[in-house]
Amino acid sequence: MSVLVDAETRVLVQGITGHQGTVHTRQMRLFGTNVVAGTTPGKGGQTVEEVPVFDSVAEAVERTHANASVIFVPAPYAKDALLEAVDGGIRLSVVVTEHIPFHDMLTMYHYARAHGARIIGPNCPGIASPGKAKVGIIPNVVFHPGRVGVISRSGTLTYEIVNGIKEHGLGQSTCIGLGGDPVVGTSFVDALPLFEKDPETDLLVLVGEIGGTAEEDAAEHLKHHFTKPVVAYVAGRSAPPGKRMGHAGAIITRGKGTAESKLQALQGAGATVATFPYEIPDLVAKALKEHGRR
Amino acid sequence: MVKLPEWRGKDVFRSYGLPLPKGRVVRSPKEAAAAVGPGGVPLPCVIKAQVLAGGRGKGGAVRFASTPNEVKEAATGILGLEFKGERVRELLVEEKLALNQELYVSLTLDRSLRMPVLIASPRGGVEIEAVEDHEILRLPVHPFAGLTSYEKRAVSKALHLTGPRGKSLDLVLDRLWEIFQKEDAELVEINPLAVVGDHVIALDAKVIIEDDAAFRHPQYAEVRDDRTPLEEIAREKEIAFVQLDGNIGVIANGAGLTMATLDVLQQFGGRPGVFLDLGGTDDPKKVTEAFLLMARAKPAAVFLNIFGGVTRCDTVATGLVEAMKQVPANERFPLVARIRGNNEAEGIAILQSAGVTSLRDLRESVQAAVAAASAPSAALAGGSP
Repeated sequence: MSVLVDAETRVLVQGITGHQGTVHTRQMRLFGTNVVAGTTPGKGGQTVEEVPVFDSVAEAVERTHANASVIFVPAPYAKDALLEAVDGGIRLSVVVTEHIPFHDMLTMYHYARAHGARIIGPNCPGIASPGKAKVGIIPNVVFHPGRVGVISRSGTLTYEIVNGIKEHGLGQSTCIGLGGDPVVGTSFVDALPLFEKDPETDLLVLVGEIGGTAEEDAAEHLKHHFTKPVVAYVAGRSAPPGKRMGHAGAIITRGKGTAESKLQALQGAGATVATFPYEIPDLVAKALKEHGRR
Repeated sequence: MVKLPEWRGKDVFRSYGLPLPKGRVVRSPKEAAAAVGPGGVPLPCVIKAQVLAGGRGKGGAVRFASTPNEVKEAATGILGLEFKGERVRELLVEEKLALNQELYVSLTLDRSLRMPVLIASPRGGVEIEAVEDHEILRLPVHPFAGLTSYEKRAVSKALHLTGPRGKSLDLVLDRLWEIFQKEDAELVEINPLAVVGDHVIALDAKVIIEDDAAFRHPQYAEVRDDRTPLEEIAREKEIAFVQLDGNIGVIANGAGLTMATLDVLQQFGGRPGVFLDLGGTDDPKKVTEAFLLMARAKPAAVFLNIFGGVTRCDTVATGLVEAMKQVPANERFPLVARIRGNNEAEGIAILQSAGVTSLRDLRESVQAAVAAASAPSAALAGGSP
């Protein structure tokens, strides 16, 4: 299969009766995703976009055998929604909701982990494999089936870059938007092994942002455990020194976190670094050629 | 990010039972003098400016006094200060304790580990970045298990505290962990944590509450960084607003795309001024709200870079053209708009017929915006030249 989702994925939409839930259920179905159920407490029995709505995840799973979920539930209730998904037997949840307190996300992450479940997000656009399935909100128009994998901490910048790859006549295997929050369910380091062993991915585009040390951690992983070519871009090289979590935060990062630190680390790990997003498609095409994959 | 001033942080500490020096918040020299002496704050005392920036000691924003008159004098001196851009409006008058030693403890988040981390050092009272790694203990704390006894013993050992001092530290660590979780803190920091006789006492308090958790902590609603009226409107509309010192306004959707846009703008010699990030949405209503907010910031030119996908580009373009009509003729500015996604061609046509430069390519769009900002006689958005 592709990375994490494929044509067999049976998607449950948590918060399906809200505006976002409804809009994106439609979009996911147009993409070809097998959306089997939705939940909104108290609204069981309705249908949204031809999808049956249930009161609880347990019921939805029992009746439809859903095996992945996407969460559109507002931030104050998102933690509960995720815990319910995990307890209902769901092992992949994409959390689109933004502004979830990171203390809630700590609970969500460690709970999911203890149950062998994976979270993508929060505050993320989700995951898509063109021709197979989309769990999340990445616009359908940017995709074309192909062999380039994309992982990113951004939302709309990911759309821009994935679209650029398509307009260059290339296509994508799987694209994952990991989300840019302080605590994410799946980090670059967590996602890299999935692309390494995916036979449908020839090359990986890694899109980072300033702040945190996720890119430096990724570089360390690339150096030792990743064999496919990587094209990397980090947004924010021109940004003025931003907010940080006081002095204690600086102790954890110790000089990491800047665009220079990230680019240097990625370059040192053998990645081809793009200075601007519009350079990515050319670099991808060139790297594919060099590796005899096109 | 809600950064509490020291006295508010100490109020939180007090409500959780952390040991603190006796103190009082005052707002005038007269109040300061009245706060000390019998029944009040014992003398000698320390007078501290309640500002959020660090380095107060070196910057003259902390003074000592032994008599009510000296207190008044010190208060007069500090209240007039502007400290690192912040006007001093409040003082904390506190008893001056005879310290044996100054330590450091804090709790914050380690993003890579996805765990809270307790940081402790026997070198307190200085900026923790300046302390060498081997003198800093970093202890990840599992959120389900909380701070365990064996972990607390490790902290005591790292801080060289034994006997009653170790016991006193245990209490501080338990309370600190409680505050970190229950108050949804990004950071709780005590620097210095002073050893006074058999006890440890929090001489300073730095507490940062996470913005995203504000919905369950209405008590911090009034603690706000100083915001300009435009920043306040942006906040209400959930638009991220950042003021840089250039003259080109930037509106984009999503933090990554906004940063990438600034990178490209700077590459082509543009100087970004106000930038607005709508978040991941292409909601036409929000785009027009951002546009009208931007108009009030009086930019030389505006570059709008929206990657849609769900909403159709022509819908966003129509909304934008309507919004342009609301800007008074004498306040109009050149607009370069790049709106990508569904129905692109229709969107571009609508914008171009309204006098807006509308291009698909990011480089060309940025170059057009830079040119427009440096040529004030260029065609103005929405108006006939």
